[in-house]
Amino acid sequence: MPAHVKQKIAGWGGWPRVECAVFRPEKRRGIADVLANGEQPHYIARGLGRSYGDVAVNPGGGVINTTRLNRMIAFDENAGVLECEAGVSLEEILETFVPRGWFLPVTPGTKFVTVGGAIANDVHGKNHHIDGTFGEHVDRITLLTPTGSIITCSPKQNEDVFWATVGGIGLTGIILTATIRLQRITSAYIKVDYRQCTNLDALLAAIRETDDKYKYSVAWVDCIAKGAKLGRSVLMSGDHVAANELPSQYGHALSIPHKSKKNVPFNLPGFLLNPLSIGAFNKLFYAVHPSKQGQITDYDKYFYPLDAIHNWNRGYGKNGFAQYQATFPHDGVEGLVKLLEKLSASGRASFLAVLKRMGPGSKGLLSHPIDGWTLTLDIPVKDGIVQFLNESDELVAQYNGRLYTAKDSCTRPEVFAAMYPRIKEFKAIKAKLDPAGKLSSRLARRCGIVEGPVEP
Amino acid sequence: MSNSVAIAATAAPVSGPGTVIVIGVTSAIARALAGEFAKHGHDLIVASRDIEETNAIATDLSVRHNVKVISKYFEAEIFGTHATFVDECIRDANGSLDGVVIGFGFMDEQSVAEAKFEVARRTIDVNVTATISVCEKFATQFETTRRGFIIGISSVAGDRGRQTNYIYGASKAAMTTYLQGLRNRLFKSGVHVLTVKPGFVDTKMTFGLPLPGPLVATPEAAARAIYNANEAKKNTAYVPWFWRYIMLIIGSIPEFQFKKMKL
Repeated sequence: MPAHVKQKIAGWGGWPRVECAVFRPEKRRGIADVLANGEQPHYIARGLGRSYGDVAVNPGGGVINTTRLNRMIAFDENAGVLECEAGVSLEEILETFVPRGWFLPVTPGTKFVTVGGAIANDVHGKNHHIDGTFGEHVDRITLLTPTGSIITCSPKQNEDVFWATVGGIGLTGIILTATIRLQRITSAYIKVDYRQCTNLDALLAAIRETDDKYKYSVAWVDCIAKGAKLGRSVLMSGDHVAANELPSQYGHALSIPHKSKKNVPFNLPGFLLNPLSIGAFNKLFYAVHPSKQGQITDYDKYFYPLDAIHNWNRGYGKNGFAQYQATFPHDGVEGLVKLLEKLSASGRASFLAVLKRMGPGSKGLLSHPIDGWTLTLDIPVKDGIVQFLNESDELVAQYNGRLYTAKDSCTRPEVFAAMYPRIKEFKAIKAKLDPAGKLSSRLARRCGIVEGPVEP
Repeated sequence: MSNSVAIAATAAPVSGPGTVIVIGVTSAIARALAGEFAKHGHDLIVASRDIEETNAIATDLSVRHNVKVISKYFEAEIFGTHATFVDECIRDANGSLDGVVIGFGFMDEQSVAEAKFEVARRTIDVNVTATISVCEKFATQFETTRRGFIIGISSVAGDRGRQTNYIYGASKAAMTTYLQGLRNRLFKSGVHVLTVKPGFVDTKMTFGLPLPGPLVATPEAAARAIYNANEAKKNTAYVPWFWRYIMLIIGSIPEFQFKKMKL
């Protein structure tokens, strides 16, 4: 009988933390065994646990950790096409294939995510305005459905299942393997142009003017700055460096210096992050990033600055934090301004705020990105946070914006349904694949995607 | 083409990394150790009784590390098959055999091993009898070629008998003593024997135990430590390293006191 362990687990934000029955199969058929055994009322797959909220926790049910099912299956050296099990991490892909001249087609801000998680959340990166989501670079998925059959789906075969699974937060089945297309690189380095913007208008203008010229683009926004300085920011735009443009001091173009990792060994006291310290940090960040062109940095530093500090989430203390990512359509930009103003006025300072222009969305029924602007904030958990976030949700919905399931922890069903109008199509496919409701999560129940009490 | 095969087959002591055999590769430590050897350029022969999983691991290792990996079926408890298995491994290594890792093992809960003699016997059959059966055959080969290494994954559980797992512990104590003697015998032939004693490594065996995080090593970290210990020709490697001192303390408690304790 597959053994489970009762554990209190949470997303990366550390909130909410709930008890689940955790399984960690080590063999390929182990996942099917857990599902067939049916000891728990329902299950959800979980990879490296880097989604922030409750998308991969399941109080009163099972959580299937897939990280030991991380075998690579085949790699086409000419086309850069990799087939692997869903538990393979983006870090493993980079370590294996960057030296051979291949890079991830799309990467989020951490490499500690699994391929399965990247598909289930249809993650995006700094190149969304050019290359779209991770799911758009997936050729094929093999899916273990809740009834125990294994089906192959792709944009051409079982298309409806494919686009329900891409962004489908694990509710259509458990992704066993995926085939993804990597992109060619000739060096492991990125050249970055920094541009300081004194306020939000200047930032939006700068992005509109320059975005099409760069593959990667993202802005760091100071959320403490108020009034005329609201939206004071540093725009960071980058491109891969070709091997022949790389100065010789960098050595071999496809290898990067090995870095030692720092660690936050325990939860820091929550008071360390207060409006004063966060304000000071944001001022410093602005000051040390004057506008300059063509700074060369390795991919690790550019894409994953926080990965260098293990357990950085403990910096928020034991109460944890909520990450909040809202995307507004182009005509809803006023909502973005109001959200920033609301945050700036609330005293719930965000250490990290990031703004990016998004390209058109993918066909994933519950995929997050839409053509427009996305703002990402970290908000420490303090009294009144649920009310604050629920008010923010309504503001976002009012401007036809939407929130991101990988980060969400509070959104209510009626608001979620308004943000994701294709939820009806999703539910229809889910009902066909999972008639007995074997796959569920706290988020799925909280947002009304699946019936049932949020907590047992 | 036929020329190059002939050259490879008759090549005298190879200079670069040769072939390493990892038996029981479905265990998390053995799989990670196979990966560590592959990373350093060794071709591999991997084996276990679960051929489907062994094939998956073999494919993974060759995709990741661009080395040649052969997958084989191995059943520890059917001793009569071992001679053929070892002969095939030696043949497939094609004159470039560097060493062998004994990664298979068996453990059930102590209460089960107490209640069911079959389980106790199986613990000894796999961890002791099969280890001796396989190692003796490789030892003879390595003595002839005067090169090679044997890495045996034993356990800290063999260092002192405790009521919570003394049957498994007894099997690992026997394995440790066996490897010690084998090391002594093979030293003069230039063959190295490394005894590995894992403490807490994050494997199927420890999953879910309420262990303090800093005391638990990942299988990958354990594998790096084992690889380095073998390169440095260490005789015994505790992984993580500080388990040497934990076991030193546990070992120094007088028996009249120890027998009253619950550990």
